[in-house]
Amino acid sequence: MKVKVIVTPKETVLDPQGAAVREAMQHLGFSAARDVRIGRYLEIELEGDPQTQEPKLRELCRDLLSNPVIEDYRLEMPNETK
Amino acid sequence: MKFAIIQFPGSNCDQDCLAALRGIDGIESDYVWHKETSVDGWDAIVLPGGFSYGDYLRCGAIARFSPIMRSVVQEAQSGKLVIGICNGFQILCEAGLLPGALVRNRSLHFVCDMVTTRVEATDSPFTCGMPVGALLRLPVAHGEGCYYADEKTLYELNERQQVLLRYCDEIGRVVPAANPNGSVENIAGICNRERNVFGLMPHPDRACEKRLGSSDGARIFESMLRSLATDRAAA
Repeated sequence: MKVKVIVTPKETVLDPQGAAVREAMQHLGFSAARDVRIGRYLEIELEGDPQTQEPKLRELCRDLLSNPVIEDYRLEMPNETK
Repeated sequence: MKFAIIQFPGSNCDQDCLAALRGIDGIESDYVWHKETSVDGWDAIVLPGGFSYGDYLRCGAIARFSPIMRSVVQEAQSGKLVIGICNGFQILCEAGLLPGALVRNRSLHFVCDMVTTRVEATDSPFTCGMPVGALLRLPVAHGEGCYYADEKTLYELNERQQVLLRYCDEIGRVVPAANPNGSVENIAGICNRERNVFGLMPHPDRACEKRLGSSDGARIFESMLRSLATDRAAA
């Protein structure tokens, strides 16, 4: 079972990488890109029942995979279809 | 006084720190490998610069879970002096021993330069040997040195005079042009509320000899030594 974690910089944190990419997009003629934010994407292959591991996964997202001072995270559990 | 230099895989200023500290009268120093579990028995702890764990995930994010860090956190909370330089500063922030975080330089460039910093507060073990406004010429070398803290944290840092160093120009003016990385309010180094943990992006370890261009870094280590000696005399 695969779990996905998406980490993005908080709105209040400057993202110069995103700004540089947005500029490049504009140079390429795509002026509709108003803002670009660059984050991090993790795929975690799990053994066992994902639901029972969710609390521990959330803890890891908070303590290791993201830094809550500067980043938000989103944990995507496998399809909830049982 | 005995200073422990913690070596993480990827530390690369451990030798700079050792050479700098051993060059100061009254300081003994040696390495402590990150897999050790105790820093008991040392008077001060140094987290050196470098790229611990290749800067994977975030700078300092993995080092903060090294076995030795549990003991570093305990000792820090019990009042021991801890100084984190560059990557060491990033590790201290990740470990929650210092507020805020260090993010990508605003310019996106790795900066390798000599900067001037101004001493903002002297009632700390790291700056007690200097007057407020003293200027320290120190080298910087980092890609993620832009200090960030939310407004509330920033307010508290200023309120409690936890900002010990700010980037300034050659005559001590804290101006945007003197800011090498986009740090909020030109912050170069901060201490915790209890004032025994200090993190800074510039390298005092690389500025302890005149022939290296500056010996101002030694003033920070000498302040620590003086503070430790005062505490020991009082005990």
